[in-house]
Amino acid sequence: MTTTPLPDAAGRFGDFGGRYVPETLVHALEQLAEQYEAARCDPAFQAELDDLLKNYVGRPSPLYFAKRLTEHCGGAEIWLKREDLNHTGAHKINNTVGQALLTLRMGKKRVIAETGAGQHGVATATACAHFGLECIVYMGEEDIRRQAPNVFSMKLLGAEVRPVTSGSRTLRDAVNEAMREWMSCVETTHYILGSVVGPHPFPRIVRDFQSVIGRETIEQSRLRLHSLPDVVVACVGGGSNAAGMFHPFIELDEVSLVGVEAGGRGNQPGDHASPLTYGSPGILHGSFSYVMQDEDGQTCDVHSMSAGLDYPGVGPEHSYWKSTGRVSYTSCTDDNAMQAFDALARFEGILPALESSHAVAEGMKIARKRKPDERVVVCLSGRGDKDAAEIARLKDQSL
Amino acid sequence: MSAIDELFIRLRSENRKALMPFVTAGDPNLDFTAAVIQELVARGASMCEVGIPYSDPIADGPVIQASYTRALDHGVKLTNILQTLGNITSDNVAPRLAAPLVTMVSYAIIYRHGLEKYADQLVKQGVAGMIVPDLPLEESSQLANVCKARDLSLIQLVTPTTPRDRALKITETSSGFLYYVSVAGITGERTELPPDLVERVSWLRENTPLPVCIGFGISQPEHVRMLAPVADGLIVGSAIVRRMANAKKDPAATLREIGDYVATLVAEL
Repeated sequence: MTTTPLPDAAGRFGDFGGRYVPETLVHALEQLAEQYEAARCDPAFQAELDDLLKNYVGRPSPLYFAKRLTEHCGGAEIWLKREDLNHTGAHKINNTVGQALLTLRMGKKRVIAETGAGQHGVATATACAHFGLECIVYMGEEDIRRQAPNVFSMKLLGAEVRPVTSGSRTLRDAVNEAMREWMSCVETTHYILGSVVGPHPFPRIVRDFQSVIGRETIEQSRLRLHSLPDVVVACVGGGSNAAGMFHPFIELDEVSLVGVEAGGRGNQPGDHASPLTYGSPGILHGSFSYVMQDEDGQTCDVHSMSAGLDYPGVGPEHSYWKSTGRVSYTSCTDDNAMQAFDALARFEGILPALESSHAVAEGMKIARKRKPDERVVVCLSGRGDKDAAEIARLKDQSL
Repeated sequence: MSAIDELFIRLRSENRKALMPFVTAGDPNLDFTAAVIQELVARGASMCEVGIPYSDPIADGPVIQASYTRALDHGVKLTNILQTLGNITSDNVAPRLAAPLVTMVSYAIIYRHGLEKYADQLVKQGVAGMIVPDLPLEESSQLANVCKARDLSLIQLVTPTTPRDRALKITETSSGFLYYVSVAGITGERTELPPDLVERVSWLRENTPLPVCIGFGISQPEHVRMLAPVADGLIVGSAIVRRMANAKKDPAATLREIGDYVATLVAEL
């Protein structure tokens, strides 16, 4: 089956996506779309990117059989796509090396970025150090507090971290501030957005750079499992690791795809960060997608213990996949994610990021309900070292 | 023809220019919003832009952001804002407000309320149009049709980063006037304006029959003196909103201060 590639020229995935930004940014976004299109079709660009992914990022990342976790759950086999083993410890670097290459191609020397958990900030600072680009990262004050090790890493890598004190002082406010900064330096500076959100062409560019996750998983499954997995699970904040994992599987109908949002403390507004589960379509950060808004169109405060999922919006392609039913979306509470964190630590010797722990929890839940000859692949999007202090705080323990 | 079209026909025939202040609705409360609009018009403003507070305003600098946050923290709601505007534009108010009002509003808010419903509310409350800073040309056709059917102006923006051929396309779809953004960046007072601003605006004005008004960064009498000759109107926002921060403590003094300030700008037109 072949379908029209999405997004269309206007950046639409079905009804979702588009470009709802101030006129000041339109020209830069058009240029970016053109340059990306040219780069995508340029074998030299692809060769340089492939080389970086192999020799700098350390790809391919392993597809690992979690034997003891599987035995513990007593159902389908659980396999982990180990994005936590990438350089800088998460999937974010797949996108930042790609966009840093685009920055050079556009002749720009300066990069700005937003970050929530700090993983995208570190990955951007890393790519900028690699290429000698100036790097400024916007990060909410609340996130600076709960992800201190990443803040320190960014500084060591030569980036300037600018605290954001407006609004809820989390990822959403960091995106606002990065967009504002971009308005005044758009001619000289590239904005490396870290997720599949924002105005066209960002959702497409980030998805494409992250799709290496899903492509490798398909290849590794065919080699190691001699078939495709039955279920693939990934966590969804903005949704970049999930989009990268799911996109190559979209036309492989025999594989079930499950996205896991942050269920936080419960299903009341303000207690979770699950726009696909509890929100409605609206505009945020330049695109039309599911969002947590009040009846007046004001963005709601959201909650997740994981900074990377603590975001009221979601990438437009996820809204599209929800509307077509190709991907099912669910949410996982803070408590269940924490139990999955503990299980992976004890049974496999792997400390997952709190974000990824949400996917692990759902993967375990699905595995329990399925037969031993079935396979569940969980995208382990990042490592949990950055979360040690926050986990100690949440568990009321000292480091 | 909207009230804005009528305003500029009159101003052009009299060879006069418009001063257009921006105020945040609901900061610190809607009574003050109503009072400040009436004061501004009494002091010579030709039109008022009413900012609808939004939680994530990406085109706004710290002054307007902070004002939006104050208003939202006080629980201001769109329905109440529009009712307040209806109260002051009503024919029953004496003296009748001698200047059209436009809302500056995020598309997030319009979409949430429904395009037609929002437009109908503006008509009902005597508001002449809207500026939607996060709705570029490519996304605007649906709202443009809704506005056109109701004689509401949908004011589009042109910026220093807009290529000339694109600027011409924007002039064709804008109605009421064209909003020229003086600088590539966010709202906020600036001492220096770009050196090529006069040239850019002059070019634009030669290429469209629409009135062209300049906004972003304008705050000083010298700015007004320099720009009034090349534009149809000037928009002043942050310099007024900054003064509104004191309105909760002393509304009467703030009203006077804002009125005096705007009068000094009007004197330079």
